[in-house]
Amino acid sequence: MKHLLTTQGLSKGDAILLLDTSAQMAATQSRENKKLPTLRGRTVVNLFYEDSTRTRISFETAAKRLSADVINFSAKGSSVSKGESLKDTALTLHAMGADAVVVRHSASGAAHQLAHAGWLDAGVLNAGDGMHQHPTQALLDAFTIRRHLVGNVGEDGRGTDTSAGADLSGLRVAIVGDVLHSRVARSNVYLLHTLGAEVTLVAPPTLVPVGVETWPCRVSYHLDETLEQWQPDAVMMLRVQRERMSGGSGSFFPSPMEYSRKFGFDARRLAVLPDHSIVMHPGPMNRGLEISAAAADHPRSVIVEQVANGVAVRMAALYLLLAGTDAAGTDERNTL
Amino acid sequence: MNPGSRMPESSPPSSTDPSADPSILAARTVLGEADIARALTRIAHEIVERNKGAADLLLLGIPTRGVQLARRLAERLAEIEPAFNGEYGTLDVTMYRDDLRRQPTRAVGQTVLPGSLDGTIDDKVVVLVDDVLFSGRTIRAALDALNDLGRPRVVQLAALVDRGHRELPIRADYVGKNLPTSRSERVRVRLADVDGGVDAVVISAASTTPASMTPASTGESGGAR
Amino acid sequence: MSTPTSATYVLRGVRPYGTDPVDVVLADGVIAAIGASGTVEVPEAVTGDVTGDVIEVRAEGHVLLPGLVDLHTHLREPGREDAETVFSGTRAAAAGGFTAVHAMANTTPTQDTAGVVEQVYRLGQEAGWVDVHPVGAVTVGLGGEKLAELGAMADSAARVRVFSDDGKCVHDPVLMRRALEYVKAFDGVVAQHAQEPRLTEGAQMNEGVVSAQIGLTGWPAVAEESIIARDVLLAEHVGSRLHVCHLSTAGSVEIIRWAKGRGIDVTAEVTPHHLVLTDDLARDYDPVFKVNPPLRTAKDVEAVRAGLADGTIDIVATDHAPHPVEDKDCEWSSAAFGMTGLETALSVVQQTMVDTGRMTWADVARVLSENPARIGRITESQGRPIAVGEPANLTLVDPSAARTIDGRSQVTASDNTPFAGMELPGRVVATFLRGRATVLDGAVVDGAVVDGAATDGKTLEGVTR
Repeated sequence: MKHLLTTQGLSKGDAILLLDTSAQMAATQSRENKKLPTLRGRTVVNLFYEDSTRTRISFETAAKRLSADVINFSAKGSSVSKGESLKDTALTLHAMGADAVVVRHSASGAAHQLAHAGWLDAGVLNAGDGMHQHPTQALLDAFTIRRHLVGNVGEDGRGTDTSAGADLSGLRVAIVGDVLHSRVARSNVYLLHTLGAEVTLVAPPTLVPVGVETWPCRVSYHLDETLEQWQPDAVMMLRVQRERMSGGSGSFFPSPMEYSRKFGFDARRLAVLPDHSIVMHPGPMNRGLEISAAAADHPRSVIVEQVANGVAVRMAALYLLLAGTDAAGTDERNTL
Repeated sequence: MNPGSRMPESSPPSSTDPSADPSILAARTVLGEADIARALTRIAHEIVERNKGAADLLLLGIPTRGVQLARRLAERLAEIEPAFNGEYGTLDVTMYRDDLRRQPTRAVGQTVLPGSLDGTIDDKVVVLVDDVLFSGRTIRAALDALNDLGRPRVVQLAALVDRGHRELPIRADYVGKNLPTSRSERVRVRLADVDGGVDAVVISAASTTPASMTPASTGESGGAR
Repeated sequence: MSTPTSATYVLRGVRPYGTDPVDVVLADGVIAAIGASGTVEVPEAVTGDVTGDVIEVRAEGHVLLPGLVDLHTHLREPGREDAETVFSGTRAAAAGGFTAVHAMANTTPTQDTAGVVEQVYRLGQEAGWVDVHPVGAVTVGLGGEKLAELGAMADSAARVRVFSDDGKCVHDPVLMRRALEYVKAFDGVVAQHAQEPRLTEGAQMNEGVVSAQIGLTGWPAVAEESIIARDVLLAEHVGSRLHVCHLSTAGSVEIIRWAKGRGIDVTAEVTPHHLVLTDDLARDYDPVFKVNPPLRTAKDVEAVRAGLADGTIDIVATDHAPHPVEDKDCEWSSAAFGMTGLETALSVVQQTMVDTGRMTWADVARVLSENPARIGRITESQGRPIAVGEPANLTLVDPSAARTIDGRSQVTASDNTPFAGMELPGRVVATFLRGRATVLDGAVVDGAVVDGAATDGKTLEGVTR
């Protein structure tokens, strides 16, 4: 695997390999010595054009646990709007000999361009590009779902991961909220479908993109109906950006209160779900808007675990990107 | 990624009839099923003898075939030493290898310790088990991997075949058979429970190596292993 | 290559409008003679000028068209000379077979006063590659708030007849109504860039299946169609002439068809790129495919082809929009909208309309020369018939040639062509502006003394760069 840019087009075999590798990485993280020598001498650059301390720290931790050298390159505040800076930064990173670039950018396609524009030859790991994709988030979501609903791995992460090699077939996942602007939703729809799960997007019609009909999922405008009648195994709540609520063209729904009433997840809605079901959120949460504190902190909420699994999944992605020979390891399916 | 080279289960399934594989037409079998069984039995006895019993003994097989050899050794040890509980573990060394950047991406295997250990190998007598001892680099990686798991009292090495050509100061404590080879030859261990067919150790000329096979998936020894 | 102003050209075996081969003689800026192929004598004395050379052009099988007229060109000067100048842009136009272009108003400063349009007009004359007809801005600074001095521009030396805020939509319905009414006084036309601004805030590409997947903000078809629908009704109400720039959707074609059926005085244009390219090309985020209006779907491409073939769409105009490398070699959302088109337009029309049997070469002359000249009110000199005595504004094209497009080897100063690496049919072999070859043997004729007598009788020298 040369790059990880999108989950659309990721083969099932590669997706499961990523999850299985993540499981092995997770196993090493319960040891006293969490550091592996695997990527010694390799340089990973975290190139973040958007503020995201959580994601950056997750990638940084992952790289350091694999003994890679990590350079944090925060481009926020520089002249991103001029555009040229992405290319110039890429050329700089190329000159510095970066082996992999983890990129977060507000422009959809920025990671794709970094990988394919010929500016640098490092592996590119998309850590979120605009409204397009956030593949490691979807992978950690799938990993979390698999551990809970397929694998039954003990809390300490030791012992045999019985979910190794398994997909998510037969599982139902509801993704609720601002689908229109969400790279997390896009990445999850394709990955979960590839892994055999059924996905229903639940959102007010204003937050569903035109053209959604080609996505491998269903769409519902009604959360209660979906929860009651479809009985999802996992419910994934999406963050509602504050700016979507403001007036003018940003007003996608009448008021936060109405949104919360119709699409917020709370203890009452949790009670409708099957007992084994789990509640997820990519964070950061707007407590009281898309999810209530009671639901977020409920025993069936796996939100904190998602964060922990993020490190393992990113270790796996970095490993698969960097551990092999570049030429032999290139898989065009993953460079879509 | 190269899908043909990363997963253990992707190894060629044709090995029930070695003569059907054109790559080993020029191969000769140096150990048969019975030879392998006898060698393992002898090694089991040597382990008990050397360690004056099986107390604190921990067998760790190195994937893929080392794990099956460890399982067979554990069975024999349980017969010899009733106090031995028959447990064994798996030690994946992939992330400790020094040739990662020379090979297509390898799948990371599982490291599994026997449940009775409660996650620690401290003060154990660890016997690493591998199929073929060649350059010694795999064992070097295994020692590093072991180091991250804890601090054993002593570490020993059992190999079904020692084919020489060491590149590191490493030697085996227990050897099934010393096999003089030229560096260009290939030595393959075939185990019924991994490869199907019957157990065999086969030696062949390296020039017939099919491009799709790599040491990681076929249990052979070649290259820098 | 030196081409004296008084050279006489004999075009052998050319096929006017793709019909039977004839010989055509160009002399003194006009078509001097047309005769059966092989019968026309080299007319030593046609010009009566002893210094005149006679140049014979062997052009058997080549199609002779009236010089092409582009109603929609961005020449970028004044303001963005790093992307294009009047000189480089008109030189590219000549290379593409054009003899006249309408230079869009979104320059810096904006072409919203008599002074600026006259400057552009004069730069065009000095360059001498094609006739440059500046388009006047409808509103001051393209601001969409206050009418520019349309009358002053109409009365200026540039004699502006086409007014457009292209790049921006005249979205205020009252302002649009006033503009439509006001230009009637001098037979002008408002060329509308139909884009409802509120529906396209932050828009990056066509809104649909592709935008949903790749996460770029959508530019819905309805944002174009709603403005066109409003404007044809306004034009009907006030009895004005309306021109719709670069329509791009199947719905827009339907609205224009309906409006024409109602007798509304509306004309419409389509760009070459909307005749062939689709929004699928955005999937690799290469900003060379970022254009406004955006590339649409295959269904829309088919609709605009059908509309062009049946006359619903009157013209093909390039919307030639050169950009320097730095405005395209960046993230999609930061990149500039637009693509070059002058040198590929005729080939795209041949490929999509002629080679598919949907149009004849006479139709090509109609949509790329006669109709745009009529809409721009420049029919005194452009879009004329190929007949003896007519101005020798002509384009000679070899339809059997094929060429692979390379942005860097384009004549325009910018290389942002969406057709890079594609093989397109047809090649402009020669372009004549009032009898003078601006392109010959498929190459622009540099180093020539500019035909200063072109329009104002003033001889200009040393301006060819």
